[in-house]
Amino acid sequence: MTRKGIAPHGGPTAGTLPDRLPWDVVAAVALGGALGSAARYGVSVAWPTPSGQLPWATLVINLTGCALLGMLMAFVTARIAPHRLLRPFLGTGVLGGYTTFSTYAVETRGLLDTGRPLLAAGYVFGTLAGALIAVWLGGWLVARIGPKP
Amino acid sequence: MTLLLVLAGGAVGAPCRFLVDRLAGRLLGVTLPWGTLIVNVLGSLVLGLLAGLGGTVPGWVGTLLGTGFCGALTTYSTFSYETVRLAGDGPGGRLRALCNVAATLVAGLGAAALGWWLGGLR
Repeated sequence: MTRKGIAPHGGPTAGTLPDRLPWDVVAAVALGGALGSAARYGVSVAWPTPSGQLPWATLVINLTGCALLGMLMAFVTARIAPHRLLRPFLGTGVLGGYTTFSTYAVETRGLLDTGRPLLAAGYVFGTLAGALIAVWLGGWLVARIGPKP
Repeated sequence: MTLLLVLAGGAVGAPCRFLVDRLAGRLLGVTLPWGTLIVNVLGSLVLGLLAGLGGTVPGWVGTLLGTGFCGALTTYSTFSYETVRLAGDGPGGRLRALCNVAATLVAGLGAAALGWWLGGLR
């Protein structure tokens, strides 16, 4: 039994992958990843986190990125035939490069290091809950006001 | 200059995530989003290592490898989207969504702590 691929780049399920690498897709992901990373860097520079404080910049980056991905995925699934590079570029590339798990994980470790275990736990689970809600909300919003399938 | 390093790291990190995801889907199947889990754990390990090494690493390495590469290799949006997708897949899906969250948090945060510790050894 095969299920539909669930990757934001619309990755096909196991066993159905073509052998040839789609280089245009890889290039779109690379370009998007560079742009998304630059945006993340810009926000983190504009909004530095003092040691032992809640990392607001990363939190806002991740939550806005999740809301946008929820919206994007609802948009492309509602479209009859979205451009084949739209999802890799915006989803896998820009939003994948913009949001980050590694910074979140290391910031959590940093909060423990400065003796803020409760804040660390709040950051971990607050981001998680917020991110899941943001994805869902973004999808719901587009389903309501966006293009109809 | 710093921005260029971030752009370069991001331009490599994101396609690496894409390729790992493709490969993981092929080798491990799609019961769980293994690819995203793998990149998030690996990226957290490397960034933790950089954080643990601290001042012994040149600033440009931290920017290129940390902010650029690890930041783009790992992702919160795809992880969240895949979790929501799994959760909407009936009772079995909800259990898989829970496993995805638990595995990502435990392994990802654990990898960051391990990297941090390893970096602090020297």
